[in-house]
Amino acid sequence: MSSTQQVLAAGPRLSVKGPRRSPGHRRLRGSDLTWAIAFVVPYAAVFCAFAVLPIGYALWMASQPSLYTELVTDRLYLPTVVNTLLFVGLGVNVKMFLALLLSGFFMRRRWWIRALLAVYILPWALAATQACISFHWMLIGEQGLVDGLLLALFGIDGPLWFNHRWLALGSNIVVYIWKWMPFWTLVFLAGRMTIPRDIYDAAEVDGAIGYRRFVHVTFPLMANLYLVCTLLSTLWTLGDFTTVHMVSGGGPAGSTQVLATLGFQYAFDNAKPALGVAAVMSALPVLIPIAIVLMRRLQTSEVQL
Amino acid sequence: MSIVMAFSRPEHRNYRLRRVLTEASSIMLGLVLLIWSLLPVYNMLLIALDPEEGEVEFSGNLYPPEPSLEGFGAVVMQEARYLEDFWHQFGNSIYIGLLTMVLTVLIGSLASFAVSRMRLSKGSLLTNAALFTYVIPASFLIVPYYRIMHLYGLSDNLWAVIAAQVTFATPFAILIMQLYARLIPFELDDAARVDGASAVHLYLRIYLPLMTPALAVVAVYALLLAWNDYLYQAVLLSPRNMTASVTQGQLFVDADAPWNAMMAAAIIYVLPPIALLFALRRYVVAALPAGDVKG
Repeated sequence: MSSTQQVLAAGPRLSVKGPRRSPGHRRLRGSDLTWAIAFVVPYAAVFCAFAVLPIGYALWMASQPSLYTELVTDRLYLPTVVNTLLFVGLGVNVKMFLALLLSGFFMRRRWWIRALLAVYILPWALAATQACISFHWMLIGEQGLVDGLLLALFGIDGPLWFNHRWLALGSNIVVYIWKWMPFWTLVFLAGRMTIPRDIYDAAEVDGAIGYRRFVHVTFPLMANLYLVCTLLSTLWTLGDFTTVHMVSGGGPAGSTQVLATLGFQYAFDNAKPALGVAAVMSALPVLIPIAIVLMRRLQTSEVQL
Repeated sequence: MSIVMAFSRPEHRNYRLRRVLTEASSIMLGLVLLIWSLLPVYNMLLIALDPEEGEVEFSGNLYPPEPSLEGFGAVVMQEARYLEDFWHQFGNSIYIGLLTMVLTVLIGSLASFAVSRMRLSKGSLLTNAALFTYVIPASFLIVPYYRIMHLYGLSDNLWAVIAAQVTFATPFAILIMQLYARLIPFELDDAARVDGASAVHLYLRIYLPLMTPALAVVAVYALLLAWNDYLYQAVLLSPRNMTASVTQGQLFVDADAPWNAMMAAAIIYVLPPIALLFALRRYVVAALPAGDVKG
């Protein structure tokens, strides 16, 4: 057994410095029980009033089968499903993978890399609507900053980004990645910081450096975190309304809509609220398996402790 | 690693070359990241500093030829079209953002304290159920929310938006706080118990102070969630109670809006979360090693 394997085998608990559960698991009694319940009640109330009820109401609104025949026959619905799959599939995975790689870059101990990190997380702190509007003007065609720079620096006549379905969809994806990559880079940076130095030292003895270190040491250790984050991000991204609404506006001719914006359009522009809810709820066959895997993952990591 | 050794032995030349190459490529990567992160911010400044009202065009100048603060002036004095009510709307945004932040930290920390520190039996059921909130993304629930808020008598009320934001921020807050709480030894609680401390005392004197980094992360997260929101504010509030975020977003329909002032307003709007992040950066950095979602 190589030294790396030894260290890896030794430490499924390596990221946690000892569980703190004290041996005698007392039952709560008397005033403690009252207090514990009192502490939980505010959240339980919020959860029931503002999570359970709206979700139940949404399911009820979307339960009429006739809504789905109306959806499928709608000209916009199927292209929207394709757009959503591309937006989420490409956006989330490219973002996560780049974030994982970049978190390694930001582990380097140089003063300028630390300073750069402060600038790099700026998109995360920048309000989404305003950032997306800025992107919209940057990509507005030959008058935008991007095409202006392309012409000035390389002499290329840039395209009209929002006049073409795939270019507009691509723009949405790039803006989405710009906005959300820093947050996940921070999460992965946190994950990498919990990997003890010894493992890398041991791996180095076995000749795992550079690319091989990433594939055989870092990635296996980060795999669970990576999966959990990717699933959570997929759920959040399926609901991303602002990016598409502000950057391409769903255009040209509604060809870059995603489910969130299409549902909004049905409900508020076309005054068909039930159809709008049905449109977004048609994502449930994707949402539920993701949520189940996510909860399992979070649960098993609880158990490991 | 000793540099002297690298110089003295010829077989280390390869190693040196590799180091130089690594350094050069990381500087290149750093430059790319710098431009990538700052380009939209730069574009905002470029438009905001342009003296001409509707100007969003890039005229080939990397710096506005006649930079002017007219745009900012128009925002501050509320003179520009669409911005007549800017400070009132900005105040609404602050109100929603701050209350979302405070309530998320308060409700989330109370619940996760009860579940993870007081070991409320079946308490983990609640925290798991909390994640159930994320099964359906927030924006998918806007129609039911609109109707339910009407039912609760909260239509066109800032509290409707706050309730929605707290609902969607708290599950993540609880997750982060539970992960971080594992770093606090139970022995501390037990010792305080022996001294006769009550549950409230434990929460206030031990849990909250030791959890500061996690609370800071949660606070930033909650404020950003409220600050990023467009949809809920646009749908749940009427023009009378509008927020700054929505006014700027809605302008999409009007390409002739005074864009220099609009962008100046956008720049003012994006500052508070950045200031908060900067103020709390010490705690946020301290929470980093513990904040892994891996458990």
